[in-house]
Amino acid sequence: MSPTMKVLAETERAIGPSTEGDGGTALLLIRPAGRTALRLREVWQYRELLYFLAWRDITVRYKQTALGVAWAVIQPVLTTVVFSIFFGRLAGMPSDGLPYPLFALCALLPWQLFAHALAESSNSLVANQNLITKVYFPRLVIPAAAVLASLLDFLVAFVVLLGLMRYYHRAPAAAAWTLPLFLLLAVALALGVGLWLSALNVQYRDVRYTIPFLTQLWLFATPIAYPSSLVPQGWQALLGVNPMAGVVEGFRWSLLGARPPSPVLLGVSVLATLLLLLAGLWYFRRMERTFADIL
Amino acid sequence: MGEIAIRVEQLGKRYRIGSGPRYHTLRERLTETVTAPLRRLRRAPEGSSSRGEVSTMWALRDISFEVGRGEVLGIVGRNGAGKSTLLKVLSRITEPTEGAALIRGRVGSLLEVGTGFHPELTGRENIYLNGAILGMRKADTAHKFDEIVAFAEVEKFIDTPVKHYSSGMYLRLAFAVAAHLEPEILLVDEVLAVGDTGFQRKCLGKMGDTVKGGRTVLFVSHQLNQVRRLCTRCLWLDGGRARRDGPTVDVLNAYEAAMSELAAQRDSSGQGGGEATRFLRWEVEAPTRERPNVLASAGPCTVKFVVHVARPVDDGQHGVALWNSEGQVIWATAVDRLRLPAGDHELIHGLPGLPLRPGVYRWQVSLYADRELLDNWYAVPDFIIATETHGHPRDEWAGVLNLPAEFRVRPAG
Repeated sequence: MSPTMKVLAETERAIGPSTEGDGGTALLLIRPAGRTALRLREVWQYRELLYFLAWRDITVRYKQTALGVAWAVIQPVLTTVVFSIFFGRLAGMPSDGLPYPLFALCALLPWQLFAHALAESSNSLVANQNLITKVYFPRLVIPAAAVLASLLDFLVAFVVLLGLMRYYHRAPAAAAWTLPLFLLLAVALALGVGLWLSALNVQYRDVRYTIPFLTQLWLFATPIAYPSSLVPQGWQALLGVNPMAGVVEGFRWSLLGARPPSPVLLGVSVLATLLLLLAGLWYFRRMERTFADIL
Repeated sequence: MGEIAIRVEQLGKRYRIGSGPRYHTLRERLTETVTAPLRRLRRAPEGSSSRGEVSTMWALRDISFEVGRGEVLGIVGRNGAGKSTLLKVLSRITEPTEGAALIRGRVGSLLEVGTGFHPELTGRENIYLNGAILGMRKADTAHKFDEIVAFAEVEKFIDTPVKHYSSGMYLRLAFAVAAHLEPEILLVDEVLAVGDTGFQRKCLGKMGDTVKGGRTVLFVSHQLNQVRRLCTRCLWLDGGRARRDGPTVDVLNAYEAAMSELAAQRDSSGQGGGEATRFLRWEVEAPTRERPNVLASAGPCTVKFVVHVARPVDDGQHGVALWNSEGQVIWATAVDRLRLPAGDHELIHGLPGLPLRPGVYRWQVSLYADRELLDNWYAVPDFIIATETHGHPRDEWAGVLNLPAEFRVRPAG
């Protein structure tokens, strides 16, 4: 390496890559990467692309479907009906004093957001391989856009939940302002797991077949059809290892005024999510160098 | 050379190929993990320290060059020479294995037209999406929107999903977006090989504007006439290494000579002895003569085809045709009642001049005896016309002829 290059490499090591230099002239050094850095600032620079990809996913999703965006409503509503009949009526499942349909739908909404975002983001890199092999941008944008696009279905279905609350004469509880925080937790978790699975999916296409099975198991490990109070006190922390338990309990508490989630459960959920997300980011960054070569 | 826009130092890219440990399913990976230590044990006595089945290939090795700001560098080479890999490394799609590259300026790369186009979206939607993918800000795209649509000539269908477009319209729209990118450094890979020739010419015109705008361009193409027209300097890659770097004329001449040598080797090995009647070589003769296949002056010239005649020809016919790169016959003629004794002969055509647009052409010659074909030869190397241009400065108006017309104005009547 020539002296100029060496100096640049040193500088880069000290202050990070200088894609946007002074005086408007971008300076870029390309070389075999050493350490894995998260470089989130770069993702921020590409936020417009993130928005466009999410917009594309949303626009394309319901083209040439007869029911269109109604699908976002049909799925949670039908699942609620089935749960209400089998768990609520036949099995007599307790629902923390709430009407069972409301109890189930309120949990199903964040769940379906999570499950959908997870499936979409896990498959996103493979689905967008033509972009990855032809254009440069931080690859993180792709699974992130898939997660972002899943939010629309959630918002549409949320209107139905509000309608159901009105039907049961339930006003949003006082803690309703915390709802976005639980939503954020669900999104962060979907992205964290989605990063792992999408990167793995590039190399091992088995991942795609694992996901439906994984989400099915995960659904029953989450207190959706049943209340978490059914789980003995000593096991609450273990339940929290599945952060969706925290999300679902949080939704019921903030919106319907159900029993507040146990602090232990919630704490463990938040911690587990952060851990998964950070590790996912790191793993993704480490693997993304080889995406274009493997896809 | 002024300011340097791109500096590449000992760049190398290694790919793993063959049956190396590139697992496609988890099961294989697991099997591999389990059996690997066993295999290593078994191998150890044989003294092989490396993992035997990993075979690697250097797609690019030891490449160093510099490109000045505003310079247009053509990259040529056969398939698999590393041209596309070089562009992929420089556009950060894939990472180099060794070496480094320094780029000063905003990079736009165009390895394909229409990357990310979605068939369900309308032309308008695809313009914005594709713009964002290529790194344009939404505001920039909006600003150039009308220009893009006009360039693509799809005004009427702009709100129709592109899946209903004809392939020509699709490509025109895709290229139009790309052509309106305005990076400081542009990396282009073979994208002009698409569309009808009229649109290709328009694209070349647009590219020419880009070049004149002082932008730094790296241009990969198999169409040497495009390279010749756009690039001042050329890099010839061969087997992942730089074989030659210099002025376009020098590099392309050397490249073409090597290619025709290869073709000649193939020819002579394919035919036994010198027993068949066939064309051997050709050359052009003119007052200022550079190389035997280059015509660099207007005015009279002579084209000679050397033919080996195995058995005497009594009533022979000889045809000759000149093709341009777009597959049009520019000129053709035929001679009959030809008497040729056995041996080598020069078939000579004297021409008053070939006022053709500079570029690459190809001769086709044939020889018949009593209406039976003896040989039909697409002459190598290509015929290059490198005379001074008198045509319209914009490429899309470059015609077939290159005439030094005189112009004057005088009062009428």
